[in-house]
Amino acid sequence: MSTKTKEVLLDPLLNNNPIALQVLGICSALAVTTKLETSVVMSLAVIAVTALSNLSVSVIRNFIPPSIRIIVQLTIIASLVIVTDQVLKAFLFDISKQLSVFVGLIITNCIVMGRAEAYAMANPPTASFIDGVGNGLGYSLVLIFVGFFRELFGSGKLFGMSVLQLQTEGGWYNPNGLLVLAPGAFFLIGVFIWINRVIKPDQVDAS
Amino acid sequence: MQELLSLATKSIFVENMALAYFLGMCSFLAVSKKVETAFGLGMAVTFVLAVTVPLNNLLYNYVLREGALSWISDDMASTDLSFLSFLALIGTIAASVQVVEMALDKYAPALYSALGVFLPLIAVNCAILGASLFMVERDYGLAESAVFGVGSGIGWMLAIVALAALREKMRYSNVPPALRGLGITFILTGLMAIGFMAFAGIQL
Repeated sequence: MSTKTKEVLLDPLLNNNPIALQVLGICSALAVTTKLETSVVMSLAVIAVTALSNLSVSVIRNFIPPSIRIIVQLTIIASLVIVTDQVLKAFLFDISKQLSVFVGLIITNCIVMGRAEAYAMANPPTASFIDGVGNGLGYSLVLIFVGFFRELFGSGKLFGMSVLQLQTEGGWYNPNGLLVLAPGAFFLIGVFIWINRVIKPDQVDAS
Repeated sequence: MQELLSLATKSIFVENMALAYFLGMCSFLAVSKKVETAFGLGMAVTFVLAVTVPLNNLLYNYVLREGALSWISDDMASTDLSFLSFLALIGTIAASVQVVEMALDKYAPALYSALGVFLPLIAVNCAILGASLFMVERDYGLAESAVFGVGSGIGWMLAIVALAALREKMRYSNVPPALRGLGITFILTGLMAIGFMAFAGIQL
């Protein structure tokens, strides 16, 4: 793997994380992270859609008239999301029920749209595909970080298996209900951004 | 009537789009630096939601859902186009945003220039598509979806204006450098979400 490919792939993980730095795609990210399992499935779905939409947009980028490019991108993304949704419904029906409207919301996930617009419109297909995978991974990193802590401390489980035994089941752990609720996710992302910026001080906002 | 009122309170406070479902977060965080712009965006979102949710409701019930096409002919009674719903819903949204934009430009130029660039961006605001998808999932009727659209728009506007006001005050506080900007905004939003949880369980 050449250095440039590696850079395109790994840069979005910490140096240029789509959620923590570019403020993209938070919309559908937070609601699915109460459990690790749904976070992982959602991450995979977003990686697939971002990579494939980047690839398809990049392939036809020279034929798209600039004035209608948004609608063309939206159509490509929507079709890919429909495929993803059908696959999830066919093979992982329970999880697809839990994700409910949030699979559909990948369409308006700013990461997908943002990368198609900012990267795929100006770069060749292979690089765009890798950029899509990289940004999908950066998104997954935050999702899995949040999902891990919310499930572990919110309900004492990981992937649905008991890790910390709950008091209600005769164990010792008293679960922190706040983490399962919406505010817990906001706090965790805030902390993630905090840690990220302590490690990389150059990302600190001026304001 | 009572049901509709209860649905309105529910969509404004209890199930607030931004704070309980995390929808529309991108613009929620990006455009909440000033109260004025936040209010403008909130108005635009409410307006577009009020138009698109009932419109999508009609589209879903008379074209997409299983058996919905039976009003054309009996042969179509078993047609199920619901797999196309994402594409159709986002299409309606993009089209109505365009129409709203043109109408405002013609009939209310002051409002149009106040909203500026936010108007076209609303097409990709997840709160808009999210409301339509919730409408489909929860099987709302036409009246219910109109109330739900307006209610969730007002709820979203309430949340973004409140956040913008808090952020204006935040300028005077001494935040740790690495937490400034986005980090503290997230924590602030979390605290607001706790505040809104106090509404849980309220029924009218």
